[in-house]
Amino acid sequence: MDKEYVGFAALPNQLHRKSVKKGFDFTLMVAGESGLGKSTLINSLFLTNLYEDRQVPEASARLTQTLTIERRGVEIEEGGVKVKLTLVDTPGFGDSVDCSDCWLPVVRFIEEQFEQYLRDESGLNRKNIQDSRVHCCLYFISPFGRGLRPLDVAFLRAVHEKVNIIPVIGKADALMPKETQALKQKIRDQLKEEEINIYQFPECDSDEDEDFKRQDAEMKGSIPFAVVGSCEVVRDGGTRPVRGRRYSWGTVEVENPQHCDFLNLRRMLVQTHLQDLKEVTHDLLYEGYRARCLQSLARPGARDRTSRSKLSRQSATEIPLPMLPLAETEKLIREKDEELRRMQEMLEKMQAQMQQSQAQGEQSDAL
Amino acid sequence: GLPETRTDTAMSELVPEPRPKPAVPMKPVSINSNLLGYIGIDTIIEQMRKKTMKTGFDFNIMVVGQSGLGKSTLVNTLFKSQVSRKASSWNREEKIPKTVEIKAIGHVIEEGGVKMKLTVIDTPGFGDQINNENCWEPIEKYINEQYEKFLKEEVNIARKKRIPDTRVHCCLYFISPTGHSLRPLDLEFMKHLSKVVNIIPVIAKADTMTLEEKSEFKQRVRKELEVNGIEFYPQKEFDEDLEDKTENDKIRQESMPFAVVGSDKEYQVNGKRVLGRKTPWGIIEVENLNHCEFALLRDFVIRTHLQDLKEVTHNIHYETYRAKRLNDNGGLPPGEGLLGTVLPPVPATPCPTAE
Repeated sequence: MDKEYVGFAALPNQLHRKSVKKGFDFTLMVAGESGLGKSTLINSLFLTNLYEDRQVPEASARLTQTLTIERRGVEIEEGGVKVKLTLVDTPGFGDSVDCSDCWLPVVRFIEEQFEQYLRDESGLNRKNIQDSRVHCCLYFISPFGRGLRPLDVAFLRAVHEKVNIIPVIGKADALMPKETQALKQKIRDQLKEEEINIYQFPECDSDEDEDFKRQDAEMKGSIPFAVVGSCEVVRDGGTRPVRGRRYSWGTVEVENPQHCDFLNLRRMLVQTHLQDLKEVTHDLLYEGYRARCLQSLARPGARDRTSRSKLSRQSATEIPLPMLPLAETEKLIREKDEELRRMQEMLEKMQAQMQQSQAQGEQSDAL
Repeated sequence: GLPETRTDTAMSELVPEPRPKPAVPMKPVSINSNLLGYIGIDTIIEQMRKKTMKTGFDFNIMVVGQSGLGKSTLVNTLFKSQVSRKASSWNREEKIPKTVEIKAIGHVIEEGGVKMKLTVIDTPGFGDQINNENCWEPIEKYINEQYEKFLKEEVNIARKKRIPDTRVHCCLYFISPTGHSLRPLDLEFMKHLSKVVNIIPVIAKADTMTLEEKSEFKQRVRKELEVNGIEFYPQKEFDEDLEDKTENDKIRQESMPFAVVGSDKEYQVNGKRVLGRKTPWGIIEVENLNHCEFALLRDFVIRTHLQDLKEVTHNIHYETYRAKRLNDNGGLPPGEGLLGTVLPPVPATPCPTAE
């Protein structure tokens, strides 16, 4: 046997096989005004028909509608890998005449998932924790406006430190190529100006080949992605059938990189960065939440001061970040402390017993 | 020929006369023709035409809708001139105004010897805020202020020969092409304003919808407007005769709201220069009826219903305002107007200019 070959190079394969068996959980949120092609895009991305029975309410019904959070789950299997995809939709966002604070339910929802995870993580039965945290939020920007609207800015600032944001321009076939470029640049400038942190795609490894690096840079340069979705297959006179939208003046092909960034989005979201999105959610966003949460518990007197200064640093909007039900979490932590203490006591007792029996044993040996 | 924009001194116009029916020739009186021969009454039409050409006429069009829906581009395309200054689309310094502003810009354009003093009234800031409650109020106020101005002139003892007409003859309301239905704000605006001004709803940037999507969307919009009791121009109740009704019914039930695309760029298509939008998958021709309904809107507003728009504004909307003002004034101390301006006391006899 080769002495240098230990064999742990097979570890990735083992991990891979384990996770394939376990399957993946992924929660994707879509947000933005209605009519920007969100549902069509989701169906196109995941080749599903999640929104088949949807009833779009009339305008008069929407006059008094408040924002609701809807969850749809679907299991997708491909190449032996099972993904349990949860889609979180926000119908009603941006619809009303007065949209003040309409993003608060969304923020609360995201934080509730973190809270649930924190609770589960601190609990006893951690084997089957369900991860319902939102791993990614696709935010749809209108192609008809002149960049981010006040509502877009308000929403993004409320959630950018709690969820990975990937900005997307919906219905991008409304734009000519020059207009698309100009709009993308405007949005990028505005994001920088408003200090909104969107999801940063990680740098490629230095040992990747030039082609890959170029492709990666190109992809990053096309953010926000200008997308077109379609669930219809069109056949353009003899050529192979493609998914697209047929107009009197031509056909837009969803998967044609000259027409829109759909392929880029799909590649980045599904094929290469699904895992990274989960990791960033866990390592960065969730940890941030957890730290804030526990810190504010640890120093109850200083709580108001720190959270207030955090508020002024994080967001210039007047809206205070929704407070966690601290009383509950506090109680939980105390309960856990109690348990730990009891377990400690038990351990000590057991140790004492063991020592006793050992001592007795020695005595009897000695005798 | 292409109209040239001339910055002329302000042109005022005649108060429109009772509507003649120029298209329908008057039935000849059955008199013994060899006795009288040809009288020449029908030349009145030519005389009126000559007068109109000499004096020109006013037309005031307002555009309302969220920013970015192509309002300015459409108006420029309609009148084939740069009559509306586009908010520099990608200029970073241009901020969305915090409240709705009313910006009226006048131009004189001439075509075939006829002068039109066109005023485009833009409403930047409409629908762009987070809270858009009552954002139509500045617009309603502006429209009423123009009625008030006209009323004051009319009520004067020594009146001007031609009262300058700044009243809004037509309001193009831009609907966002969501493909779903109207937005609550659209409903609210049209509910409040369809009673004071002629509203022509248009579906903006219609090049994002396929033929089926367009047709479904239009049907839904029409139904929603009907269910909510919103009467857009041409209003059913003002159809004067059967001819009008049939023509307008067709427009109301099939064509409107017009799904339009605007452009100020020209491209070469089949050897012709056309206004359009060039995309990687094809060129959208603005004036091609297979692509969008811009040509229908243009013909409707300018070539067939321009005069009617003005008449409905004068005979219906303005009269409604006037009647309300005169009634209200009866309750207020004499000499004081609703808008805080001092009105000369209203004569007891009905106003002689009332049609």
